[in-house]
Amino acid sequence: MRLIETRDLSMRLGGDMVLEGVNLSIERGEIVTIVGPNGSGKSTLLRAIIGALAPSGGAVIRAPGLRIGYVPQKLHIDPTLPLTVTRFLGLPRRHPAEDLRAALEQAGLPDLRDHQMADLSGGQFQRVLLARALMEKPDLLILDEATQGLDQPGSAAFYRRIEEVRQSLGCAVLMVSHELHVVMSASDRVICLNGHICCEGRPEVVAQAEEYRAIFGRGTQGALALYRHEHNHDHDHSADCTHDHDHDHPHEAAE
Amino acid sequence: MTLLDDFMLRAALAGLGVALAAAPLGCFVVWRRMAYFGDATAHAAILGVALALAFSTSVFIGALAVSLVMAMTVSALSGRGFAMDTLLGVLAHSALAFGLVAVSFLSGVRIDLMAYLFGDILAVSVGDIAVIWGGAALVVGLLLWRWQALLTATLSPDLAYAGGINPRREQLVLTLALALVVAVAIKVVGVLLIAAMLIVPAAAARPLAGTPERMATIATVIAAISALGGLGASFRLDTPTGPTIVCLAALIFAATSLGGSMLTRQRG
Repeated sequence: MRLIETRDLSMRLGGDMVLEGVNLSIERGEIVTIVGPNGSGKSTLLRAIIGALAPSGGAVIRAPGLRIGYVPQKLHIDPTLPLTVTRFLGLPRRHPAEDLRAALEQAGLPDLRDHQMADLSGGQFQRVLLARALMEKPDLLILDEATQGLDQPGSAAFYRRIEEVRQSLGCAVLMVSHELHVVMSASDRVICLNGHICCEGRPEVVAQAEEYRAIFGRGTQGALALYRHEHNHDHDHSADCTHDHDHDHPHEAAE
Repeated sequence: MTLLDDFMLRAALAGLGVALAAAPLGCFVVWRRMAYFGDATAHAAILGVALALAFSTSVFIGALAVSLVMAMTVSALSGRGFAMDTLLGVLAHSALAFGLVAVSFLSGVRIDLMAYLFGDILAVSVGDIAVIWGGAALVVGLLLWRWQALLTATLSPDLAYAGGINPRREQLVLTLALALVVAVAIKVVGVLLIAAMLIVPAAAARPLAGTPERMATIATVIAAISALGGLGASFRLDTPTGPTIVCLAALIFAATSLGGSMLTRQRG
């Protein structure tokens, strides 16, 4: 069952074409990761999917009654707005006290209920953002660079938690990340984006794809710990590509 | 209605009505950094007063209509990436200037300009009180009805969209509430000090509050104390009432901010 689908989606921001002809769909229970260099339109695509931006062309189709849990890249809380962790979890809808307690228990933050959001550390803040997104029992969990600012063990723990959440809730996960190696090995499907979808498929397939390597270079052969072998022969570019590749890819690793 | 014959009692009721509506709305003005937005809307009301007098309709309707137009204009412009700070400064002060010039054209009517600039709470009628409490009830009702959505949209428009809330609709609710508060507060504190009634109690409540709801409640209490205390003080000291109310709110702000910073220093 398709939770969400974009049909020939185009996005124009301030006169610039940011996305063109994007077709993607997400099924229940799968983990999909979008990778792409800076300015490739990843965040724009996510914002179009949650409905914050109206498509310039094409359409975004949501399954009826679709519940989205959204974890933003960052969240600025104005210092004039007092907000405890418990109160934050009750937005946009209030929940019974025992649900809130259980959510913080699961997030590993049982003692922070009455703390102000502004006083949390980066890692705690990120876990609270995730806990809030899960309060609604979403069908689709969307994470935008959710591990930014976390150290390696912190982000590894974060992705383990995502995997648990997928198991327990059965929700689909759509995420954007710079951390190619970690995020790709945790995904069912990877979409390589650079204004349009360059290539997509299982992580090990994408990691070997010419289009992917054209963007991220060979410096990321560790993209999958399982697939370490290096292809040292040259692909015939025109034979492998089914679409035009006339735009300029930056030829360095994004890391 | 003999009780309402007492002008002090009428003034107290009018002041309480304005405090009740302005303080919780003022919290959103503070959280969303709309202070200048409040100023522009309030200052535009003087133009509404002039137009109402020229066409001999109710001052409340005139002020409400022009404030609403101004609030909608500012609200529409704010999404388009203009330099908002400058634009609001231009709008706020030119609205006031145009209003004052418009009033001067009304040679036939002798109006007390000071009453509209600084309020004339001692002259409120029973009808005024009904308008003030009606408007205040509408504002508080709007805020209570949309509270969760307003709060989410204030925190982050993207979180609101993902939760199925349209932040632009919530902005419209606030815009409408703001125009209403301006229209009912004009008689009590006057156009120049309406923004103060929005912002000062909310700012004074901030150091004492841990949640948005507590901040709105405490701000309402502070606004009510300021309204009643200011009324009493102005009677005793023979000072203008509107400014005295704002002075008292400002003193409370100074006290809570000082107390708040001492508290954090002790903890840290």
